[in-house]
Amino acid sequence: MRHIISILMENEAGALSRVAGLFSARGYNIESLTVSPTEDKTLSRMTLVTWGNNEIIEQITKQLNKLIEVVKLIDLAEGKHIERELMMIKLKAEGDHREEVKRLVDIFRGKIIDVSDNSYVVEMTGATSKLDAFVDTVANELIVEVVRTGPSAISRGIGGLHL
Amino acid sequence: MGGLDLVEIHNVELNGGEIIVECLKKEGVEHVFGYPGGAVLHIYDAIFNQDDVKHILVRHEQGAAHAADGYARTTGKPGVVLVTSGPGATNAVTGIATAYMDSVPMVVITGQVPSPVIGSDAFQEVDTVGITRPCVKHNFLVKDVNDLAETFKKAFYIATTGRPGPVVIDVPKDITSPWIKVPFKYPTKIKMRSYNPTTKGHVGQIKRAVKMMLAAKRPVFYTGGGVVLDGAAAELTKLAQRLNFPLTSTLMGLGGYPATDKQFLGMLGMHGTYEANMAMHGTDVLIAVGARFDDRITGNVERFCPDAKIIHIDIDPSSISKNVRVDIPIVGSVKSVLQSMNDVLADVEIDHKPELIDGWWKDIEEWRARECLKYSTKSKKIMPQAAIESLYNVTNGNAIVCSDVGQHQMFVAQFYKFDRPNRWANSGGLGTMGFGLPAAMGAQIANPDDEVVLVTGDASIQMCIQELSTCMQYGLPLKIILLNNGYMGMVRQWQEFFYEKRYSESIVEAQPDFIKLVESYGHIGMTVSDPAELDSTMEKAFAMKDRLVLINVLIDPESNVYPMIEAGKGHNEMYMPPESELV
Ligand SMILES: Cc1ncc(C[n+]2csc(CCOP(=O)(O)OP(=O)(O)O)c2C)c(N)n1
Ligand SMILES: [Mg+2]
Repeated sequence: MRHIISILMENEAGALSRVAGLFSARGYNIESLTVSPTEDKTLSRMTLVTWGNNEIIEQITKQLNKLIEVVKLIDLAEGKHIERELMMIKLKAEGDHREEVKRLVDIFRGKIIDVSDNSYVVEMTGATSKLDAFVDTVANELIVEVVRTGPSAISRGIGGLHL
Repeated sequence: MGGLDLVEIHNVELNGGEIIVECLKKEGVEHVFGYPGGAVLHIYDAIFNQDDVKHILVRHEQGAAHAADGYARTTGKPGVVLVTSGPGATNAVTGIATAYMDSVPMVVITGQVPSPVIGSDAFQEVDTVGITRPCVKHNFLVKDVNDLAETFKKAFYIATTGRPGPVVIDVPKDITSPWIKVPFKYPTKIKMRSYNPTTKGHVGQIKRAVKMMLAAKRPVFYTGGGVVLDGAAAELTKLAQRLNFPLTSTLMGLGGYPATDKQFLGMLGMHGTYEANMAMHGTDVLIAVGARFDDRITGNVERFCPDAKIIHIDIDPSSISKNVRVDIPIVGSVKSVLQSMNDVLADVEIDHKPELIDGWWKDIEEWRARECLKYSTKSKKIMPQAAIESLYNVTNGNAIVCSDVGQHQMFVAQFYKFDRPNRWANSGGLGTMGFGLPAAMGAQIANPDDEVVLVTGDASIQMCIQELSTCMQYGLPLKIILLNNGYMGMVRQWQEFFYEKRYSESIVEAQPDFIKLVESYGHIGMTVSDPAELDSTMEKAFAMKDRLVLINVLIDPESNVYPMIEAGKGHNEMYMPPESELV
């Protein structure tokens, strides 16, 4: 099963490579990994998407907790949460395709943020599955480039991951 | 300088090298094992100017790390290593990884090229933090001389608490510059929001566990290195004797319970005793204490303890349910959890029915009667087992014994009955040949009044033999028992069993003359090949109290270690020695 693990860690050089190294050394899967600053300068927040059975996920969270720089983590899959990912996708847009692509972008509530006489850049946010669906729907030969951030996620309600 | 108190120190300005030495003093470090080089020259200068921290000059940085390791294993105190950048650091890596696998507390100071040139492929630059990351508990790169003291405090704190392990502090040369002086203040306490090892076990879990233990009909304690590391031998002994439960130990746990006691079944696992492995196979309640269900212990996990409910006590939550699912996990310091169990038992005395396990002891005595460690006494050659028995007798079981890796290591584990913890140092997790001699060196420095013995093999000894020179320099009167079979015996044994005796590259050809070799380092060598002279040779060697003596014991070359469980098999599927089948 797919899990989104949110980690608060000391904002120190090398912390990211400790996490990445742990995953490669122990053969765990990583689908995506994002790191960014938080409201507290001394902490950074990592969102890590992985998959595995319950035993593997249990080991992953235990091993992550063992890293000295990890302050706190939660497995968001254990409760209700919201997940968003940003995608920018560059599409060929010529002749008949220009209208067709635009209609599709509207259906998916994307925004065209760059236009040239033969291309569009589309910005789209949503759950990973929605972005996947858009990529699958657009004809393959129209895709020039896909850039995705990987998901960020947050729990619903007042509770949260903080110190 | 040793007597400076905090207030005074506060007003003293020190350079980085001096700060490092002061930090070591504050941590009570008496010995540092190291080797100098460009990046650590400032630190060596600070060492030169004082006598409190003694530096032991090894002959190879791997030796420094193993020596600090042997020091730590036989004292419980952290070992300290100091090496230069680049090759100094990479040479130490095997020793760091060895300590990591066996959870040995160690602080390793590595020099680094000056901060401004880091990343430029400078002379003797390697990414030490990157190289050591997967084999340390934690590592630091110091970026500011003002951070040195706190970094050292953290390093010692992390290395010695929770599940212990090695910590590397990488120190760029400019940080120790003699011209940059800053106020020195060593923190008396440290708190880290991201590191709070659990120490006390969950009371409810402990009570449940005790209840399960009291209802057991076929209980076994399976104890590991955690008992030794946490100094929990007394608590374990009290608990086991109160309940009259049998115990078996891993290679790392030996000495955690007196091996000469009748409740002790010997080591378990790949080369464990018949009675220990059969007890594991038949148990209904397994109490794992500071052990990690390593594959050399479990064999095939599918067939591991098929009927057992498992209680697991460990300081490291990630050890629990990693390889084998457990029923009652208890995260906490082994010592404190065992103590709590003893306390609980003091209350519920009435519920204890000791006769519940009478039948179990009968089974165990039957397995014992198989005499699985029996070996041929007909050979005209010295049997390796006999050599260890002779060693045991001549030292009255009181020596500190270090070993290398191979058959000889297993023979020590099977035949030297350790009654006390911290008397046995070997590389269990990583299985590092070359560990033995430097580890014994470290053990002797830490325990100058004890008899320290190295049991080694003709292949292993050649992997760190240069340390004989260090032993000469510091007058370390080790006794080295070289079980010389002319083979990488353990490799040969596997080739005999699983590769139809194709002894591919496992014959130790062109052996040096070990006697001349040790003599050239200034030590004494003896050779013995006649079983009738074994005891007298041992006595002669051990009578030379202040000299290092190597005994080259020419043993039966194709002896095997029995019993043996092939990798991937169950505990009830052992190869038994040809001799015991006759029983
Ligand atoms: C550094 C290292 N290289 C290789 C091995 C694999 N290995 C394990 S035991 C062994 C043979 C050891 O031979 P020896 O020291 O003579 O001991 P014996 O088994 O003969 O008692 C080897 C090569 C190892 N454990 N460590
Ligand atoms: Mg050999």
